Amino acid sequence: MGKIKDIHNQLLNKEISAVELIKEYLANLKVSENKLGTYLAITEEKAIADALAIDKKISNGESIGLLAGIPMGIKDNISTKGIITTCGSKILENYKPVYNATVVNKLYHEGGIILGKCNMDEFAMGSSSENSAYKLVRNPWDIDRVPGGSSGGSAATVGAEEVVFSLGSDTGGSIRQPAGFCGVAGMKPTYGRVSRYGLIAYASSLDQIGPIAKNVEDCAIVHDIISGYDKMDSTSANMPSTKSLDNINRDIKGLRIGVPKEYFGGDEKVLKTLKKALAKFEEMGAIVEETSLPHTEYALPAYYIIASAEASSNLARFDGVRYGARDFDQNDVTDMMSVTRDKFFGKEVKKRIMIGTYALSAGYYDAYYLKALKVRTLLKRDFDEAFKKYDVLITPVAPTLPFKIGENIKDSITMYLGDICTVTINLVGIPGIAIPCGFADGLPVGMQILGKPFSEELLFNVAHRFEQNNDFHLRKPEVK
Amino acid sequence: MSITKKDIIHVADLARLGLNDEETIKYEKELNDVLNFMEKLNELNTDDVEPTSHVLDIHNVFRSDVVEDSLDVEDVLANAPDRDEDYFKVPSIL
Repeated sequence: MGKIKDIHNQLLNKEISAVELIKEYLANLKVSENKLGTYLAITEEKAIADALAIDKKISNGESIGLLAGIPMGIKDNISTKGIITTCGSKILENYKPVYNATVVNKLYHEGGIILGKCNMDEFAMGSSSENSAYKLVRNPWDIDRVPGGSSGGSAATVGAEEVVFSLGSDTGGSIRQPAGFCGVAGMKPTYGRVSRYGLIAYASSLDQIGPIAKNVEDCAIVHDIISGYDKMDSTSANMPSTKSLDNINRDIKGLRIGVPKEYFGGDEKVLKTLKKALAKFEEMGAIVEETSLPHTEYALPAYYIIASAEASSNLARFDGVRYGARDFDQNDVTDMMSVTRDKFFGKEVKKRIMIGTYALSAGYYDAYYLKALKVRTLLKRDFDEAFKKYDVLITPVAPTLPFKIGENIKDSITMYLGDICTVTINLVGIPGIAIPCGFADGLPVGMQILGKPFSEELLFNVAHRFEQNNDFHLRKPEVK
Repeated sequence: MSITKKDIIHVADLARLGLNDEETIKYEKELNDVLNFMEKLNELNTDDVEPTSHVLDIHNVFRSDVVEDSLDVEDVLANAPDRDEDYFKVPSIL
């Protein structure tokens, strides 16, 4: 049984109260957070008040939601009414949203209790959480290593068991890669499956919100709650919420698994662990075959053009006029905007704004942006072909083990290359789940399972069946 | 294609980023590195390929033109760096 159902039953049976539970989690979180840097804000007062309300409901015999009393962390680019939401940036240092993201309303409605806002790379730009303007996040399995990014806080906090689950966002791997690095389960849903209303935009045609949890069942429970149509998001798919939990135990005998060879060029230790996992699937009755996604090597440059172009447009709103920081020493409005943006945006953010603005500027649009959109079509065709033959595809989440803090931050291209296994999935819009498939050198190795658009239920099913055969999700890091 | 200092100044102006000289020099190098990396796409012939701007089969989404509640003026102005009654206040424009 997953942790959510377990706690739910304990609350219903009055073995523990929500206030006791939340106080215990908060006490632990405050100690652990100091070592890991997982939070930008801790919402203790609200958490205890919310827990009291749950206990009152229980003692009154009222029904409670499945997430009632469950402690959760929310990535700091997801709007939470009245709770500071900085996106890891100085430009939003004091910004308090006046509305909730749809996903936050859905979690609150089920009784989920927010313990805080999770640290991240500024505006979700990064793969190591070293780009946060406030502090870096450390990997709970080895605090000298990165937790991945950009949802590094969301993944590390679940890995260290500071909360039961969290929300992240994924534009080019930002849920899956940190989930892989921290040894937890993280789902990037199909584009349009989960509402983006209230998600502070990075690259709108790629961004998706998704759940991160210690085990597949909990991840599926949260996904079932946050998915579904939302009229507030014009790119929301008009489909009902997923019912992953009902399908999670199906037999996977005869499942056709494709293994794209282009994704297996990384670290030997990662590949060896993956191959063992694939052998496990064969033992379980799945058919595992090598396949090819021939345009894979073009995905990264296409991704960085599209993401930067969309970011340059989305981040134009941070101009010191309506919200966020402003430089007050300027007498002219244009100078005010230019100085404000230069002063309060971090280095990587400015760089991507520059790249994006250049790629969209007169004379270069066809050479960069349009070219990248055409390559996106070729990538999509690769996947359409593969899914004619296979139910799912399996790859590593990242080509390497979690790397050392400071190791890649100086060289953008090396950092970008680490996203090789994840960015294509956002370009083609399909869902992907990351789960631990083993350990190497004491560090978790992540496996990525990919499916056709809207196949989240199958992905949870396949991931859960795999998880039943090992204890990777039960291991707890000793943070030191 | 290679980017010159003049290009950097032009792009920074378009992006409203008041870069200093040091930053201008740094971005000239870094942007050239990244754009070289992006040149790889030119290996592919895409003359007959349609662009994909959006992966879902959703085109225009319309709603009925019905008046609904929106944010309260106080909420809208709650995060303003500066205001004057019900307006956002900025330095002079002209």
